[in-house]
Amino acid sequence: MSESMKYFREQRLPHIWCPGCGHGTVTGALVRAIARLNLDRSNVVVVSGIGCSSRAPGYLDFDTLHTTHGRALAFATGVKHSRPNLKVIVMTGDGDCTAIGGNHFIHAARRNIDITTIVMNNNIYGMTSGQFSPMTPKGMIGTTAPYGNSERSFDLANLAIAAGATYVARATAYHATLLEDLIEKALLNKGFSVVEAVTQCPTYLGRRNKLGTAVDMLNWFKESAVNIKAAKAMAPEKLEGKFMIGELYNKPDSEFTADYDQLVAQLQRKFDNFQGGVRECAQNSD
Amino acid sequence: MTNVKLMQGNEACTLGALTAGMDFYAGYPITPSTEVAEMCAVELPKTGGRFIQMEDEIGSIAAIIGAALTGRKAMTATSGPGFSLMQENIGYAALTEVPIVIINVQRVGPSTGMPTSPAQSDVMQARWGTHGDHPVVVLAPGNVKECFDLTIKAFNISEEYRVPVIVLTDEVIGHMREKVVLPDPASVKIVNRSKPETRTGYKPYEADPDGGVPLMASFGEGYRYHVTGLFHDETGFPSNKGENAAASIKRLMRKVEKAEPDIRDYFTENTDDCDVLVVAFGSSAMSSLSAVRQARAKGVKAGLFRPKTIWPFPETVLDELSKRVKRIIVAEMNMGQLVLEIQRIVACRAPVESLTKVNGELFRPEEVLEAIMGGKR
Repeated sequence: MSESMKYFREQRLPHIWCPGCGHGTVTGALVRAIARLNLDRSNVVVVSGIGCSSRAPGYLDFDTLHTTHGRALAFATGVKHSRPNLKVIVMTGDGDCTAIGGNHFIHAARRNIDITTIVMNNNIYGMTSGQFSPMTPKGMIGTTAPYGNSERSFDLANLAIAAGATYVARATAYHATLLEDLIEKALLNKGFSVVEAVTQCPTYLGRRNKLGTAVDMLNWFKESAVNIKAAKAMAPEKLEGKFMIGELYNKPDSEFTADYDQLVAQLQRKFDNFQGGVRECAQNSD
Repeated sequence: MTNVKLMQGNEACTLGALTAGMDFYAGYPITPSTEVAEMCAVELPKTGGRFIQMEDEIGSIAAIIGAALTGRKAMTATSGPGFSLMQENIGYAALTEVPIVIINVQRVGPSTGMPTSPAQSDVMQARWGTHGDHPVVVLAPGNVKECFDLTIKAFNISEEYRVPVIVLTDEVIGHMREKVVLPDPASVKIVNRSKPETRTGYKPYEADPDGGVPLMASFGEGYRYHVTGLFHDETGFPSNKGENAAASIKRLMRKVEKAEPDIRDYFTENTDDCDVLVVAFGSSAMSSLSAVRQARAKGVKAGLFRPKTIWPFPETVLDELSKRVKRIIVAEMNMGQLVLEIQRIVACRAPVESLTKVNGELFRPEEVLEAIMGGKR
């Protein structure tokens, strides 16, 4: 642990999360993955939006940017596109990423911009005390779904893959070492990487849905999660009600800022003596 | 050799930005501002600058704030609907003190309105569009050359005071072509943000409570500091203390209040002896200037006051003028927005009349002239 503690702002601890919350486990996994890769603290920028998850960067000793609700990826895109040499990590939640931030999420994936996105999915809006999110399973109770959530939920990993992310993985707060391994691989992917970290919210999801204590919820993850490698050998009926964990997708492709750098290099050869100037503009009206 | 070019206002804004050192643009297509994005897409990659077309205007302003935090000079351009979408993050930039420039080429609203027709109805939105008390600076060019000059000025103000600056043009100013004599780039005054010299003891929001501007480190330089849209103390970390929030709001507002005499910019004609003062900005001021001259030819002592900084308004200048004039006419392409600020400043010392037009057409000079003549032709 001592190796990874250098990445924390210890004076900012203890954190604000509730007792039993899984967000600390996820943050720990991220930091240990960073420590394994021995990343330079001054070369990493961590960006977040709004919600419980988004408080994590405040505890980490990097340049950290706590932005507006849903917009972490758009701010992060500005940071990464400006300085492609920086390692940019986004910490977001299920509501922040898939509801209000859904548009930025699919477009960051489409661009395959080199940002590692950790989605701390606790299936609920915790900061505002328990409203249903696009990741709340159908039937579960939230304060705005008092009779059970009647909406279908997203499959975040499939969404990311379809939109163009080049590394997609999932683990849970119970599978903390697997989570650490997956985050490390996500950090190594030169492109848009998504790690969905399923975490427990005993306070606002667990209590209302009678899911028991934090330990009970972790056991629920343990029993419901199946590693994708093991799943391949399992009969379909055995997989009912389960969700996949592990590396779900890994297919590197050309990366947005690298492609842009290439364009700049080409143009600079062409416009070696470019002195600035203007051109006529087409008048469009849409 | 002088550098003379025929160009439209949107091009002049872009060229001004490039001259000021803008090296990051993020935007989303919208009429009548799109030429700014198109020109940035052409020019920025040639010089190593960064261009990105974002998925919407919310993403555009978010991206330029992220870029500015890494030390870039960043800009976006938009119009009504896009400007509405940007409001939340304008407040974010104001509170986190990140220098950004937004070009708003106004069109007729509300809603989709008339995308290809000019209006000046975002005057109040530019000042108060985001929630909460916040500082912002709004500049209004009155011709194509001023699009160039005031965009440079916008960058200089945003860098010096760490505030979002809005360049408020309109469809006519944006698309009108005029001859522009461009200055030698070496003669242009360029301001860059003040940066800390040492990492030791750096507090990202430490500043004189009386409108001081904190030193701004760039991400990636080893300062490893925190930026948040929550109220924060001088360390940058969140603070819920009421007295801290109050002191922060007061310092932020005071920054612009203190800067006003230095950034103040306006144009006057025939105001020394005038009885009837026309106040107008942007394209309305073009018709108003013509009207004032026609009135003079008819023997009526008319004058024009054209603010280029409209927020903060050059209050002391109008205050002086209002002591000497008999009537004030405020001509604007909206239902009467800037007139409210004029009435506040004039405070009943002279009658203030509101001349409005909202049909998507410029004022004709004779319309303003008619108002000057008191209905008499």
